[in-house]
Amino acid sequence: MPIVLAQRAAARLISPLWKSGLSIVLTSVWLSACDNQPWNRPYPAASARDNVFYSLFQERPKHLDPAQSYSSNEVTFTGQIYEPPLQYHYLKRPYELIPLAATEVPEAKYYSAGGTLLPDNASAADIAYSVYDIHIKPGINYQPHPAFAKDQQGMLRYHHLTDEDLSAIHVLGDFKHTGTQELTADDYVYQIKRLAHPQLHSPIFGLMSEYIAGLKDYAGTLKSAYEEAAAGKEQGVYLDLTKYPLEGAETLDRYSYRIKVRGKYPQLLYWLAMPFFAPVPQVVDQFYSQPGMKQRNITLDWYPVGTGPYMLTINNPNRQMVMVRNPNFHGESYPTEGSPGDREAGLLDDAGRPVPFIDKVIFSLEKETIPYWNKFLQGYYDISGISSDSFDQAINIGTGGEVTLTDGMLRQGIELNTAVSTSILYTGFNMQDPLVGGNSEAARKLRLAISIAINTEEYISIFLNGRGIPAQGAIPPGIFGYVTGINGINNYVYQSTAHGPVRRSIEEARTLLAEAGYPEGRDINSGKPLVLHFDTSQTGPDAKAQLDWLMKQFAKLNIQLVIRGTDYNRFQEKMLKGNAQIFQWGWNADYPDPENFLFLLYGPNSKLGHNGENAANYRNSEFDRLFEQMKSMENSPLRQSIINNMMEIARHDAPWVWGYFPKQFSLHHAWIKNSKPNLMANNTLKYQRLEPELRAELQNQWNRPVRWPLYIMAIIVVLIVLPAIAGFRRQQRMPAYREKR
Amino acid sequence: MFAYIVRRLLYAIPILIGVNLLTFYLFFVVNSPDDMARMHLGMKRVTPEAIEKWKASHGYDKPLLLNSEAHALDKLTDTIFFEKSLKLFVFDFGYSDDGRDISYDIGQRMMPSLAIAIPSLLIGLMVNITFALLMAFFRGTYIDISGVILCVVLMSISAMFYIIGGQYLLAKLLRLMPISGFDSGLIALKFILLPVVISVVSGIGSGARWYRTFFLEEAGKDYVRTARAKGLSESLVLFRHILRNALIPIVTGVVVLLPLLFMGSLLLESFFAIPGLGSYTIDAINNQDFAIVRVMVFLGSVLYIIGLILVDISYTIVDPRVRLT
Repeated sequence: MPIVLAQRAAARLISPLWKSGLSIVLTSVWLSACDNQPWNRPYPAASARDNVFYSLFQERPKHLDPAQSYSSNEVTFTGQIYEPPLQYHYLKRPYELIPLAATEVPEAKYYSAGGTLLPDNASAADIAYSVYDIHIKPGINYQPHPAFAKDQQGMLRYHHLTDEDLSAIHVLGDFKHTGTQELTADDYVYQIKRLAHPQLHSPIFGLMSEYIAGLKDYAGTLKSAYEEAAAGKEQGVYLDLTKYPLEGAETLDRYSYRIKVRGKYPQLLYWLAMPFFAPVPQVVDQFYSQPGMKQRNITLDWYPVGTGPYMLTINNPNRQMVMVRNPNFHGESYPTEGSPGDREAGLLDDAGRPVPFIDKVIFSLEKETIPYWNKFLQGYYDISGISSDSFDQAINIGTGGEVTLTDGMLRQGIELNTAVSTSILYTGFNMQDPLVGGNSEAARKLRLAISIAINTEEYISIFLNGRGIPAQGAIPPGIFGYVTGINGINNYVYQSTAHGPVRRSIEEARTLLAEAGYPEGRDINSGKPLVLHFDTSQTGPDAKAQLDWLMKQFAKLNIQLVIRGTDYNRFQEKMLKGNAQIFQWGWNADYPDPENFLFLLYGPNSKLGHNGENAANYRNSEFDRLFEQMKSMENSPLRQSIINNMMEIARHDAPWVWGYFPKQFSLHHAWIKNSKPNLMANNTLKYQRLEPELRAELQNQWNRPVRWPLYIMAIIVVLIVLPAIAGFRRQQRMPAYREKR
Repeated sequence: MFAYIVRRLLYAIPILIGVNLLTFYLFFVVNSPDDMARMHLGMKRVTPEAIEKWKASHGYDKPLLLNSEAHALDKLTDTIFFEKSLKLFVFDFGYSDDGRDISYDIGQRMMPSLAIAIPSLLIGLMVNITFALLMAFFRGTYIDISGVILCVVLMSISAMFYIIGGQYLLAKLLRLMPISGFDSGLIALKFILLPVVISVVSGIGSGARWYRTFFLEEAGKDYVRTARAKGLSESLVLFRHILRNALIPIVTGVVVLLPLLFMGSLLLESFFAIPGLGSYTIDAINNQDFAIVRVMVFLGSVLYIIGLILVDISYTIVDPRVRLT
């Protein structure tokens, strides 16, 4: 009897838990299976055939405020929402600026210090100011947003919110009413002023304050005004920028505004294609500045407001960010012209059709590359990059270096896009270092010897799966100034042959090393071995193979390379203080202009002392002079000639081992149309088209659940449990327990 | 008991100050305010002025621990440590370094963490106890020996293997559930199934073996011998006597974990894209967001202290001989 009671008690205890567990399993299986959808579908079944683009984000974007967003994972969103005056043509190469919200690409007017209008071909030295008059298209409206909502009297509905009003507000969607207003030139001017706002940290303020007239002083004015406005207030401080005029940005009329920059700065046009120069209406800024909004995370940094093709409706960076088609979008057409080969590739099939094609874009949080890759293969992400782990699964490299997709990818109809990035990764010498730096002939030959010894081709093959092009100079392909063929070869490191450039032999490098005073890698005077230091923040197991490889490259010259690994912060500090000796660095283009690469070697832009981007602290007076001449020129044969001279100087001095230009490989499924890499534009989502029916069909085909292992598992459980029950019963029937001795 | 709890709570204050001080010290040994500013402002075109501006607007422009230029008490209070730490003790967590309300984010991320942690704990406990009881019941037999070997094998496998292997087998090959993701409501069930299964399976080895030790230890005690001498069946001895007494270390071991369930799992949340507090903490460390790091460490300490108090209380419940004074 007590046994029965105990069993019942155990059953009472276990049964509810078991039942609840079973019910969870059954419910989840039922939830997936009841609509005949794949069980592993990570999205609601009802949306299977919707015109929705599925992508991901690995890290939540820090800023969506156009004054602050700069990283690529931020402009993925801001690029679709905000409309600056200009944009890049989607298909044409080399990259070409075209109007977006502007009626045309503005042309600069040049003025002397005395205010005289100068001709277009005036010398940069004579130009005191450049003025850009920008005209925007009328009739463009903002996305629906509560900041624009008005009551029956025509007053803004949500601009005097009380604590009671906000008590039911937790996210932006909790505001019941929305409205819109027309885009005006004031909004662009307001945003330029925001670059100097004391509470915003615009990454381009430092640069722009050098050019936009009065912007530096304007920051001081705003700071004082803000401190005055904030006195005694803990929150809800609003600074109305319309009350503070800025010399460099002014409204001309409802649809025109003027930007005034110091000197000649043609690169401003490229900046006008970035969200930094997108419009922000004063009412929006005022709306978000109200007390209680920041506590609810309702800020412009979180809920952008734009006129673009999409609007952000869900911003839950813990899980999902969703953009939907902006119902007030003014409309735009797919390009009717492209580059050679685009028509054959089907990239002009939608020419002239209204964009955007896709109704909704869902970005899901996906931190790890393995689940990301597997979900792409299952068809749950529309596009994917290729990580090193999955490279062999996706790509075949032929004996001639040709790149093709593997059979598995081809069977799934996956397509490959490749493009050489407008980036460079290089190994730099600290030119302030007493051993490897300086202008002495010995140091120069030492740097050249190392440049020859480091076999970049081998590095690309081993560590990048061939995804890179050895750099012959600082300017990557696709940017004006890049020279192809024999004229573009770095003759100090390569030899020209009929088969293209071939790296100079290690014997030549050894000769250079001996001429530098280190025959056989030993100091000619002291006889001590030459020891160099490589500073890096990459210290993990993944980096070890690369560092070992690098040591081997130096060992070819009998140079001992000591790796000085450190954390990223200390590494940054070393670079700023000029304490590093040899290091690796990189640069990703802001805009397609040679100035954006050659300034990496411009003396006054050095990291040491100027906190600039010239990480090698290279300084050559002739190079600097030519840079100053070149930077404000229009693209022309003369400019090309100057760039060639600059590159010759830099190659001769060898402040960098020129490294490589990475190649970007991306995959997309067969249902994605109009996919062409555009490394400059960040608003390309509107051109993408997809075929949801095909996607749904293939997803179902690829993701049929395999059920038989479940049955086998059940049988195994039964086979385990039955003997256990039998054993249990056998023990129960034993007359008494006898302990074995 | 009330006096005991109050006393323990008062003891907690210096502990929390110490934890806070240590976190502060360790964080700023690795990251200076300048590093934090650079991290938040991005890698390109960061000027010294921008760094100073960021520090000033986020309150990192003051001395860390001692303001030698200030007067009297301000030497201690006009510092980053004081200004950033004091509000924690009234659970005012403030804003992250990128301007988000930390309390709101913790509230949002707590539920996904619990959605994984609670079923993993309950199901894991049930499975481990059942398995351990089975091994104890059949001790010395092939079932026990096979069970122990299985436990050692399961213990020897790394957590990463369970995660990647589980995703590969169940979600990719068999296509029975989503590889990763999360949703709200009932739909969340299909997302939490795989992490829960992996969490339970990966815990069986250590859990069942640990509990088996408790059961066998109790099985060797005099009162069990007495029970058997009375003629009680083995199952009754096991369920009524051994299980009940072995539950004391099990329950106390589990109770101390309960508050920490809120903190989430770092690995699981990352691999399954679960938006919980574990990944929140990891992200904050990677982004050098001191505001979040100190809050999460503080919260972890508070919950751990609560866990220890709960353990003491649970002792009095599972073992009436224990009195808290």
